[in-house]
Parts: sequence; structure tokens; C-alpha cells
Amino acid sequence: MRAEAKLGLALLLTPLLMWLSLLIFIPHVDVFLVSLRERVGVGQYQISFANYLTFFQEPLYLWTFLRTAVMSSLATLMTLIIAFPVSYYIAKMIKGRAQSALFLLCLVPFWVSELVRTFGWMILLRETGVISNVLQYLGLVDGPVEMLYNDGAIMIGLVYTSMLFMVVPLVTTLESLPDEVIEAGYDLGGNGVSVLREIIIPHAMPGIVSGCIVVFMLSLGNYLTPTMLGGKESLWFTELIYSQFIVRFNWELGAAFGFMLLILSSAIVWGMLKLTGQSLEKTMG
Amino acid sequence: MTADLECIDLEKRFGDTVAVDRVSFSVPQGSFFSILGPSGCGKTTIMRMIAGFLDPSDGDILIKGKSVLDVAPNKRPVNMVFQHLALFPMMNIADNIGYGLRRTGMGKADINRKVDEALDRIGLPGIGQRKVDELSGGQKQRVAIARCMVLEPDVLLLDEPLGALDLKLRERMKVELKALQSAFDTTFVYITHDQSEALVMSDNIAVMNEGRFEQVGTARDLYYRPDTAFVAGFVGDSNRWRGRVTKLDGQDLELLSDTGMPLRGAIQGRTLNVGDMADVFVRPEAIKIAHVKGELSQFDNQLSGTVTSLLFNGAASRVIIASDTGHGEVEVNLPQSGEFADLVKGSEVHIGWGSDQGNCFAAEAS
Repeated sequence: MRAEAKLGLALLLTPLLMWLSLLIFIPHVDVFLVSLRERVGVGQYQISFANYLTFFQEPLYLWTFLRTAVMSSLATLMTLIIAFPVSYYIAKMIKGRAQSALFLLCLVPFWVSELVRTFGWMILLRETGVISNVLQYLGLVDGPVEMLYNDGAIMIGLVYTSMLFMVVPLVTTLESLPDEVIEAGYDLGGNGVSVLREIIIPHAMPGIVSGCIVVFMLSLGNYLTPTMLGGKESLWFTELIYSQFIVRFNWELGAAFGFMLLILSSAIVWGMLKLTGQSLEKTMG
Repeated sequence: MTADLECIDLEKRFGDTVAVDRVSFSVPQGSFFSILGPSGCGKTTIMRMIAGFLDPSDGDILIKGKSVLDVAPNKRPVNMVFQHLALFPMMNIADNIGYGLRRTGMGKADINRKVDEALDRIGLPGIGQRKVDELSGGQKQRVAIARCMVLEPDVLLLDEPLGALDLKLRERMKVELKALQSAFDTTFVYITHDQSEALVMSDNIAVMNEGRFEQVGTARDLYYRPDTAFVAGFVGDSNRWRGRVTKLDGQDLELLSDTGMPLRGAIQGRTLNVGDMADVFVRPEAIKIAHVKGELSQFDNQLSGTVTSLLFNGAASRVIIASDTGHGEVEVNLPQSGEFADLVKGSEVHIGWGSDQGNCFAAEAS
């Protein structure tokens, strides 16, 4: 390689490398080092796995993590089930302007911040909110109904927040499936179910998996939605991390929790990839 | 004997435009029928109506004598080889071919046996476990046909399946398709805009233009005895002149072209009167070229001119000759016997053709 080319490559790579090292690599190393500290006295620390031990010994922490993982998986599944027909409709059933318009409609809610979107749901669901009032007006219920601060509300919020991240990869993969192939599926005797099972879903698998990974990670790491819609008692794992860092000022344990979240969520994604027979290169490339 | 496929007054309108205009035809069992036409003439619409992806606005489609209008595409005894073949990339070759059989609920062992038979038949045994993208264009082609043929359809529809192949392969596949058709002894309906595909393979060809069939006949009929000016112009190459009829004598006619060239032609039973505008079509290979005028005495159309360009294309080489009297240019096939090998731009030559080679049609108002 010529010298100028080398220099050009180095210059092009510098921003990326700086971003990776300064914002991702170094903070993680630091968090990891903090998580290994055990406080033995005032201003005195020693290296130990005590913080990690605490995570496994205290059932509340473990249960909170499990609950977060299960609810995130459930939210991912629900997002997939809702987003798939929507994406199929956008990618295959309509053409031209209507297609771009519908795609834009999916995008529009994401022009406002997540905070505002979540507030929107609070307006709908709270005791004095829209749905409660409508139900009272129709005479279906006697008094105000509180629909906030439960797992259902968290679920609604998570699915709503994640929808776009499922629709985009699904629309992209479904659009790449030629109409001819679907028609051939019918022409050779297939019905709706078999065409879906044997042709459309296998083709859309990379999109499904990458959408699921993104939605799962976003749900698992979401702090705002569970806190606002689920209340203080929603027991989301990110809230535990927050309270260790900010409320308890126990950075060592918070750092250990953060690291556990990273390791466990990576393990879950890896397991999901293995289970569906997909590889990361196939879904991301 | 009932025909395998029969269309009666088939019509398809999209809004105000008529894509297919009252087309009727029937295809006998085991024959190779082509629909030939320029793009946008409605041939794909006909095919999609037969396959069941479009509902006709009017008319009927009969397969083995029974109307299939109320039958869904997946229940019709018709299968289609798509333009881009539409093999399922998520399955291997054996699963592709077995797809239709699995839909019929056939047992696994039977499916495997039938798939192996089909692979043998298309000359690709043992490739069942390969992936679709590991095959060459010609192999994919054969797999796409086998995938339909295992279902033993009454009619196989082929929608320009050779379009994506390179020229050499296309030439080979033409022969191969014809051989596969007689091996499977199934009725093929083939649509194409490539006349040589249609001419080489078909038992019968329908030439289609603007939603209507212009002529249905054998390749020979279309080439030598076109019914309409469109067919004469679309099938094969022609020199074409437009002019006014000056004299009519039985089947022979004289005409003065718009460029002022006197021409003699034949009306082949069509009605034309003195004073009518007419189009004359003369095939380049029907025109004899000579160095000496005397060799052309048997022809009643004679012309002297200068070579303006030589279009070398191997056996199909042509020369373009401008008439000395300034009446226009004529395209002539170059004989390959060697006596014209020294022809260069600017050479003086004489050309002539018999009046029976000049097909005359009443000119359409244009």
C-alpha cells in the first residue's frame, strides 16, 4: 500500500476508533474495574468478586433480572406478531405513494422524544385519563379505572416504543422477496399458510432475527418506559442499576449489575441465534 | 378430441384500457403454442389469466374442456415457469422440486422417488442437496421446469423464461426446451417477444399486437404468408415501402412508392383497389444481388444502385444499397458463396426480386 493511501485510511478510521475507544471501550473497562472493587474501610478498597456474589446471593436481584428478561422477550414476541402483518402489508400489498405514506406513518411517532411518547400513554391510561373517562361515559364502569402502574402498561409502552425497530428490518427483507416467488408458491399448489411457513418466513428470517435482537436489547435496557408506566415498584433491572448508582451511591454494586446485564443479555441473544440457526453475519449483513 | 387449453373471447380491461381484446384460441394436447408480441401487447396478461392470478373481464378459459374461472390458482391444473424462474432460494433443489408434491400430501418416500426421477429426466441427477445459487442459469431453468412437471399439469405456462440467459445458452435452451416438451408430452404455452424463440420451438404461434391476435399459424405460415402488415413487419426482417396502387392485374399489382420508386407486388388474395395506399414488404433474402444486370432478367422488380454500407454478421450479413435514381435504400442479404466477398462501400450492383415476393397490404391510416 502506498504511503498516502495508508495515511488516508488512518484518517478515515480515526473518528471511528476514537468513538469506539473513548465512548465504548474505555468506559466499559473502567466500569469493570469499579465492579471488582470491594470497600473494606473508609477510602480503602481491595479487588474481589464480592459485588458479583451479592447479585447471585440476593434473590430479589436475580428475580428482577429474570423478570426483566422474560418481559422483554414477551414484548419482543408481541412486537414481532404485530409488526409482521404491518410490514407485509407495507412491503408487498401496496405500491407507490401509499407505501411511502404508510412507512412514514410508522416513523412519525419517533420524531418526538420517547419521554413525550410515554407521557402520551400516561394521558390515555391514567385514572383521570381518556380511556377511563370514555368507559365511565359509556356506563361500562362505575368509577375511575387505573390502568397505569402494572405490567400490562409496561408491555404496551415497550411494544409501542420498539415497533419501528421491528418494522424497518422486516419491510426491508420482505421487499427483497420477489412477488414472483410468492406467486410461484401459490401456483404450485400452496395455500396461504404453507406459503407463509415455507417461503415468506424463511425468507424474512434474517429480518426477524435482527429486529428481535434490537427490540430485545432496547426493552432490556429501557429505563424510562418501565419507570413511567410501571411506577416505582415495576422492578425493572435498569432501575436497580440506577438506584445503586444514584440513590445508594454504591457504584461498585451498580457497576457489577451493569456488567451482569451486558453478559446475560449477550448470552440470551447468542442462545436465540443458535436456536434459530442464524448467525450474526447473516442477520446484520 | 378436446383441446388442453381453450380461451373463448377472453377479454381484460384495466379501467379504460383494453389489455386483452376478445382473444380466442385453442391448444391441442401435447403441442407447443407460443404467443409472440412486442412488450405491452397483453401477452403476459393472458398468461396470468390462465394461471389464475388475474380474473378476466369477460370470456372463458377451458382446461380439458372444463371452465377454470372459479378455480383458485393453487387448484388449477396449470403451472407456470416464471420470467425470473422464481426458484425458492431458501430451499435446496430437492425441496424446490418437491414443494408442489408436499402440498398434495404425498408421502416422503414417494416424494423423494419422484424428485429423483425428475432430476434424472432433466439430466441433472444427484444435485438434490445443492442450493439454488450454486446452479448455472441453464440448470436453474431445467429445475424450474422440473418443479412444475412433477405435478403433471395439463398445461405448462412459460413466461419468457429464456430472457435472462446469455445468447449462446439461449440458443441451446431453445433446443433443450423443445426436447423436454416432447419428453414430458405436455402442452406448453410459451410467451415471448423474441421471434426466433417462437419460430424455432413452436408448433403454432399466435402473433399478438395491442391486445388482439393478428394471426395464428405455424412458423412457416407467419414467415411466408403473413396475414397482416403487422405480422409481416414483426416476424423476420423486411424492406418496407408505402405507396399508391397504380395498376391491378389479377393477383399482381403495380405501385408507385412515396419516394417515387415503381414496384410490383402480389396481393395474395387481399382486396386492394387502384388508388389505394398500400404497404409492400420484401424480405432481404428474397432479393437477388448481381454484378451484371443481365442475370436478373427473370425478375420484374429491378434496381441498380450503390452499396452504402456493409453490415457484417456472419451468415446473416447484409448490404444496404441506395438506388441510383434516388428512390431510397434497400436491405439485401449477402450471399455467402464468395462471389460478393469483394463488395465494398461504393460498389455498383444490381438487384432484383419477383413480384410474388412483395407482400402487399392496405396501408393502415397512421
